[in-house]
Amino acid sequence: MTSAKAAERGGPGTSSDRLQRLLALVPYVISRKVVGLAETAAAFGITERELLWCVELRTPDPYCPIDLSYEGGEIVISQAEPVDRPLRLGVDEASALLVALRMLAEVGELGEVPDLAESSALSRTIAKLEAAAGEAGAASAQVAVEVDHHAERSVLARVREALDGGRRLHLSYYVPGRDEATERDVDPMRLLVVEGRTYLEGWCRRAEAVRVFRLDRVLRIDVLEVAAEVPRQAEPVDVDQGLFRPSPDDMRVVLDLTPQGRWVAEYYPCEDVTELGDGRLRVTLRTPDAAWARRLALGLGEDGRVVAPAALAAAVRADATAALAAYSTEPAGGGPSPAQG
Amino acid sequence: MSRRKTERLLSLVVCLLSSQRYLSATQIRAAVPGYPDSFDAFKRMFERDKEELRDLGIPLDMGTNGTVDEEVGYRIPRQAYVLPDITLEPDEAAVLAVAARVWHRAELAGAAAGALLKLRAAGVEAEEAAQPGIEPRLQAGEAAFAPLWEAVRDRRPVTFRYRAAGRSEAQRRELEPWGVVNRHGRWYAAGHDRARQAVRAFRLSRIDGRVEFCGPPGSVTVPADADVRELVRSWDDRPVPPRTALLGVRAGAGLGIRRQATREVPGSDGWDEVELPFAEVAWFSEHLASFGPDVVVREPADLRDAVITRLKGALA
Repeated sequence: MTSAKAAERGGPGTSSDRLQRLLALVPYVISRKVVGLAETAAAFGITERELLWCVELRTPDPYCPIDLSYEGGEIVISQAEPVDRPLRLGVDEASALLVALRMLAEVGELGEVPDLAESSALSRTIAKLEAAAGEAGAASAQVAVEVDHHAERSVLARVREALDGGRRLHLSYYVPGRDEATERDVDPMRLLVVEGRTYLEGWCRRAEAVRVFRLDRVLRIDVLEVAAEVPRQAEPVDVDQGLFRPSPDDMRVVLDLTPQGRWVAEYYPCEDVTELGDGRLRVTLRTPDAAWARRLALGLGEDGRVVAPAALAAAVRADATAALAAYSTEPAGGGPSPAQG
Repeated sequence: MSRRKTERLLSLVVCLLSSQRYLSATQIRAAVPGYPDSFDAFKRMFERDKEELRDLGIPLDMGTNGTVDEEVGYRIPRQAYVLPDITLEPDEAAVLAVAARVWHRAELAGAAAGALLKLRAAGVEAEEAAQPGIEPRLQAGEAAFAPLWEAVRDRRPVTFRYRAAGRSEAQRRELEPWGVVNRHGRWYAAGHDRARQAVRAFRLSRIDGRVEFCGPPGSVTVPADADVRELVRSWDDRPVPPRTALLGVRAGAGLGIRRQATREVPGSDGWDEVELPFAEVAWFSEHLASFGPDVVVREPADLRDAVITRLKGALA
């Protein structure tokens, strides 16, 4: 639907979507003394023109004396008694919020986040929402979200401490692709919880850029006696686009996976996944980290054959050859090892 | 056209909410503007309108006012329609705003936005201010999430083709789902597997093709003591007694292994001796092989053989 058409119809969606919006709009206006056009349109996720369409609706009959109008930049309403309160929450609506709130509670417990701790705003909100949802909230008990406990509690607590106190952090951070620890100072911005994992988002003073750190890869963390200084140009990661967006410079890795290697497609975001029959898959991954791809292929062995690039395939073969050579000189068992590496 | 339909639906809701008594179809037709003159056409349109109201969760009651020979009427009981009063303190509203973003773009995002809108309509100011500095997101990218959530919500059995880990063939399964669980960022469904007559958990990303309902709503009984979270956890982390691996790790390398070490003895020949626990040969051999020439397994033999097999596989 074009936006002009949507405006003529009072916003996107079907008639029942628009009815739903109207049934919320009336009490929205009533519960607020002064309602501006722009802020209301924003709250409803529609344009001002679409909102005006709703406001100009007329229901000319004795049962429906609703009178919405638009005067001097404000929406006013009179006589809307039958629909002056919003419709109760549906099961999906109540569940969406309750599941999300309980997930936050779990994060709060892990991180000892004061705002999210027991008897805090969070538990009060959950109780109020459960009461308001009534029966509609029951099904939410059948959805559970677990937040990984991999990260050390103390790491999370330090991150919280730095966030709350506006302090700089020093991290010793494990980079699996290179199998090494890196040392860096980070000015913390936010704690992110995505796909069940917790991350620190911060301004990395070594990279001079916003970086995201997986907390379970933090080897050591210190809160420094230095105030954090997140520069103005630091742009928070758009979490909704995914934490790791491939860049055009990334290397494209094509792997053929056996049924035993299919987990790769579940575990890493793939640009392309093609069934090859008999449970085999061809996947295309993008990564800036050649060492990571090399280690992935090496670990997969015959469960993941590198199709492209050729240089990666050659590097994996070279690594495997060198590793097998170490086995031929290194004896089995724990005896003295005479071989020179 | 569209304006008229929206106006008609709104009038219908207001009309049915305003009346204490059940209103017959004839009375509704007289009271609500916008219905066609032909009675048959009216009936068809009214049927569709009723469906739309029910789909929006509007409680449409059917009944009679107790007089003899009366036709069945309709009304919307205000008590059942109205969202109970809810007031949130600023800190509570801030938490709610964070929660409403959790599903962003995932399956229940629309539902979360709808709920927030109703709460705002009830006077709640869920503003972005005073954020607790935390940004959680749930992804429900698996296509099977929507039908499985629906099945759990409506207590309906489902059938689907499922490719178990490492299997080349997908098999048809029939499940009475008790719940859905997100673990390590992935969605699972757990419940009673009809063919196997046992409790099973399924990873949604391994469902091949469509999920279909195979029974009416309300036909699944969830045992009172069912703990789906625990079910998925125990399925995922099948308890395996830990074993100990003895490795040679090249000096200065293998940090990812040393992180988990229980014992580390520096060697004089460029190889350190490292001991660490592991559970499954299959997974652990993959992890060790990924370190290439920096790690050599000394014990146990089955782990050593598994790593050698992987490395040979990488040569093939």
